[in-house]
Amino acid sequence: MTRYIARRFMLTVPVLLLVTVIVFSLINLIPGDPALVFIGGEAGKEAVEALRKQMGLDRPMFVRYVLWLNRLARGDLGKSVRDGRPVMDVLLLKLPVTVELALVALTVAWSIAVPAGVLAAWKRQSMIDYAATTVALAGISIPNFWLGIMLIYFFAVNLRLLPPSGYIEPWLDPVRNIKLMIMPATVLGTALAALVMRQLRSSMLEVLGTEFIRTAHAKGLSERLVVVKHALKNALIPVATVMGLQLGGLLGGAVITEQIFAVPGIGRLAVESIFTRDYPMVQGVVLFSAVAIVFVNFTVDILYSLLDPRIRLVEEKA
Amino acid sequence: MATREDALPLAPRGRAVSTVGIRYFLHRYARNRLALIGLWVMLGVFLSAALAPFVAPADPTKTDFGALLLPPSRAHLLGTDDLGRDILSRIIFGARTSLLAGVISVGLAMCVGLPLGLMSGYFRGQLDNVVMRITDALLSFPFLVLALAIAAVLGAGLSKAMIAIGIVFTPGFIRLSRAQVLSERERTYVEAARAMGASDRRIIWLHILPNSLSPVLVQASLAMAVAITAEATLSFLGLGTQPPTPSWGSMLNIAQAYLNKAPWLAWWPGLAIFVTVLSLNLVGDGLREVLDPRLR
Repeated sequence: MTRYIARRFMLTVPVLLLVTVIVFSLINLIPGDPALVFIGGEAGKEAVEALRKQMGLDRPMFVRYVLWLNRLARGDLGKSVRDGRPVMDVLLLKLPVTVELALVALTVAWSIAVPAGVLAAWKRQSMIDYAATTVALAGISIPNFWLGIMLIYFFAVNLRLLPPSGYIEPWLDPVRNIKLMIMPATVLGTALAALVMRQLRSSMLEVLGTEFIRTAHAKGLSERLVVVKHALKNALIPVATVMGLQLGGLLGGAVITEQIFAVPGIGRLAVESIFTRDYPMVQGVVLFSAVAIVFVNFTVDILYSLLDPRIRLVEEKA
Repeated sequence: MATREDALPLAPRGRAVSTVGIRYFLHRYARNRLALIGLWVMLGVFLSAALAPFVAPADPTKTDFGALLLPPSRAHLLGTDDLGRDILSRIIFGARTSLLAGVISVGLAMCVGLPLGLMSGYFRGQLDNVVMRITDALLSFPFLVLALAIAAVLGAGLSKAMIAIGIVFTPGFIRLSRAQVLSERERTYVEAARAMGASDRRIIWLHILPNSLSPVLVQASLAMAVAITAEATLSFLGLGTQPPTPSWGSMLNIAQAYLNKAPWLAWWPGLAIFVTVLSLNLVGDGLREVLDPRLR
């Protein structure tokens, strides 16, 4: 097992390095003088020149990359061009908000997707199956920013049941925090619920057709027990392995959801930094989200190999 | 000029085979009612986009300060916006923007991704290693975050948004085409072509590519749905299509400010995106059902 983890980790290292190369190049390939872009057109020549030096733009790109990587290894992502705050500090400040939103969205998504996916597969080609698959397809197709606007229109503007936007820490006012989280989490969770439901349905169908399910039936176990205890348990494994993809969807979705509902998380920070041309911050957000996904994928792979030793054996033989 | 290898019985090429194949394909596709509805809706959207100047009741950019934020009526079937522009006309012209964004960005991703994936899977070795590691790294970024960052670096505008979305889609096409080549390159018809002296280029483009296209087609239709949403998202945030060019995303951006006074501003563009994306997803699912032998 240790060998497998070590091998898997060794595969992660080049990907992480390439991620840093991409993020570094992204900002350094901005057309024109990055210092001028960072500081804006109104700044004087001296200020631009000072920033050029501060950014190390007078050195070759490779040297700048190595220096940047060196700082990165020490957790230094640079400073915000807008207010001079360290990028890492701002990211860590915003992270809990996005994590809370993502966790509530995940809860919403899985609590819809699991029963719907199980029912759709169990009652295959019934009205329930058709309804669930159609709703899932609609859920994948609906643009999340439109869904967000529509929810605000119905629940905040028309019915006045929920506050339209904003955020308050759960420890300051837990009830208002939940009220403020309901709509953004629903928007963020909808597409995810649809994806998970579709995946779970197809993996349930696969499991329900296997021998051990027939054996469970032959033993005289009840239908419900076979489906929930035997089939679902096995069908959930492949669905859980795409957690990296789900996290990607959540982080991407958070950008737009946080913007619409004025939630001060990492997604909103990304949009704000783009519009204020705070490129070190943009760099930080992009790098952070990619690294988070790489680590989630790594962890899920390890967990998967613990749950299903065949994966480990196949890879070790290869 | 026909060569001997064109007559290979194992290579699934030739007119007779393809005619039967297309008929069989159409027959199977038509059996899926939802996919058929999706196709008709899609054709409708394409047609209205192509014929926009003839179909739209008014100039989509013409402002009328005497008709600001009018609700749907006979004169303006879907109402007017904050500058008195006819919403129906903007929706119809907006279809052009969305479809253009979908086709160009997916086309771009395919033009770069397919050859890279085909060569990477066919030649393997160092090239494959390098391409796959870069692909893995690019796939580690959340789709929208990377598209946003690239769009931010390139600057606002439809063409830049299309390039950004195209770049983000490319690794998906590399992976898919590579996987296809890996399974196709071991097949007997490729071995036979190689034995008859066909060049690598010929084997890749004339033999492997046509036989790898099915999943790529499915992926392309589903990717187009995502690309249309992505363009709308970038335009909604102000990084895509710029005013006064009509775009469904930027129409929704404006609508946000008038939810109290004129909610219809938000209904129609969102519905247009939803219907178009849904129809593309239905077409994609229908194609997958017909083209993926595992689902038969």
